[in-house]
Amino acid sequence: MSDGINIISLEQVKKTYGKGTDALLGIDLKIKKGEFVFIVGTSGSGKSTLIRLLLREIKPTSGTLLVNGHDLSVLKRRQVSVHRQGIGTVFQNFRLLNDRDVYENVAFAQRIIGTPKHEIKKQTTTMLQIVGLGDKMHSRPDQLSGGEQQRVAIARALVNHPPILLADEPTGNLDPKNSWEIMKLLEEVNKNGTTVLVVTHNREIVDEMKKRVVTLHNGKIISDERKGGYRYEED
Amino acid sequence: MRKINLLFYSVKQGMKSMYHNRLFTLASIGTIATCLFIFGLFFFLLTNFESSVNKVERTVGITIFFKEGITEKEIKEIGNKIKAKPEVDHIVYTSAEEAWENCKKDMLSNNPDLIDTFGKDNPLENSASYDIYLSDLSKQQDMVDYLGTLEGVRQINSSLETANNMIAINSLVTGMCSILIGVLLFVSLFLIHTTVKMGIAVRKEEIAVMRLIGASDFVIRSPFMVEGITMGLIGSAIPLGVLYLIYRECMDYMNSYYAGISSWINFISVKEEFMRLIPAALAIGVGMGVVGSYFTVRKHLKI
Repeated sequence: MSDGINIISLEQVKKTYGKGTDALLGIDLKIKKGEFVFIVGTSGSGKSTLIRLLLREIKPTSGTLLVNGHDLSVLKRRQVSVHRQGIGTVFQNFRLLNDRDVYENVAFAQRIIGTPKHEIKKQTTTMLQIVGLGDKMHSRPDQLSGGEQQRVAIARALVNHPPILLADEPTGNLDPKNSWEIMKLLEEVNKNGTTVLVVTHNREIVDEMKKRVVTLHNGKIISDERKGGYRYEED
Repeated sequence: MRKINLLFYSVKQGMKSMYHNRLFTLASIGTIATCLFIFGLFFFLLTNFESSVNKVERTVGITIFFKEGITEKEIKEIGNKIKAKPEVDHIVYTSAEEAWENCKKDMLSNNPDLIDTFGKDNPLENSASYDIYLSDLSKQQDMVDYLGTLEGVRQINSSLETANNMIAINSLVTGMCSILIGVLLFVSLFLIHTTVKMGIAVRKEEIAVMRLIGASDFVIRSPFMVEGITMGLIGSAIPLGVLYLIYRECMDYMNSYYAGISSWINFISVKEEFMRLIPAALAIGVGMGVVGSYFTVRKHLKI
């Protein structure tokens, strides 16, 4: 699966917030193209800061952070949107727009980058079929189950074919059955070549899937295992 | 192609946002329209007043008389020097003979016996004169000073007080109109700001998602700019239409029923008036829309 190219590379990345709070204490992490990685850790371990850094919502205080060939510590403001187009994001609370239907929620991601109409129709329809929602295109998000809503969010994240998919607690609001379906879908996405990063607290899923697991604690990486499990005990 | 698609997307989103916040949109358009309507009324008042003042100004002249024994050639040379001054609109020469004829006609027509006592003599022999009319009345004092330096000029009669009064009235009307228009423009800007702010608040989640999935600053901002420009355009087009009808009807009415007034008020034609008002109103309306939305977006849309 891995062809050896680092799609994400952090070298001595440190992030200190304004009030002197150290969120990340100089971490090193390399993720190769096509990998599936779980990021685990308790609240305050630095997971959210890592996500915000990867999305270039914030800049590192020091260190080098390369994502998809972009050096995020020197990335100019106008290049941020191009960088983000290379990362599909999925959130715990789905962040779907309830004033439009499933089709429009997915097509929206293409409209904002100026994709021609005929391509939007083709790609949105295909993507919704891939996530198993081909028959629910004209439903509103609030008419769907949590699992289905998360599928819409995944379809939206993937419709522009980003090389990286970043999922922040994707199963946090789902029951075990839906959680497993979403994880299988993410595994499927990964098999098709997309690098997948999943931030999660779901011990069962992490232990069962036997993927690479990076554990953060107090701003440091305390373990990084190839076929790891959920090592850290919740407080 | 992508840029054209994005432009269409922005226009569509701007229109949608206006529809979603239709009450505030209508309020903003209404305020811009009211402001520009009042602006238009003051514009009519100001331009017609100025035009009338200019007309009167051209009738307030300076008269100069010449020293005894001056030749026709010397008088002509003085006339040429005066005409060469840029502030001079025109000059009128009255010879001594014409002055006596005018006097007989205007002042002595009821007293032919008195006229007969002069026989062929001209009692106004030294009363040849130039009436000098300026294009800008405020330059009258300078002109009087200049005329005083000319060789051969015996006497200068001017109406400095009249000139100063007219200048003062003109400045007062212009100043009052400017203050009122300024206040109205400020109110319009405030309402555009509120409308765009509402639009941003309503679309807060959408904007946040757009940012995360890679929308550029242009894509996020442009719908709000479209909103501001559209409100400005509609807000200026409505009063222009209404003002056109009002001005046209007023001119027809004045010319039909108060034709006498036209001798002292110099009405500007509908065509001439709107040639200036249309670009001014559109520039103000669209300008307010652009400025109002630009600063609101800048302040409330931390991208």
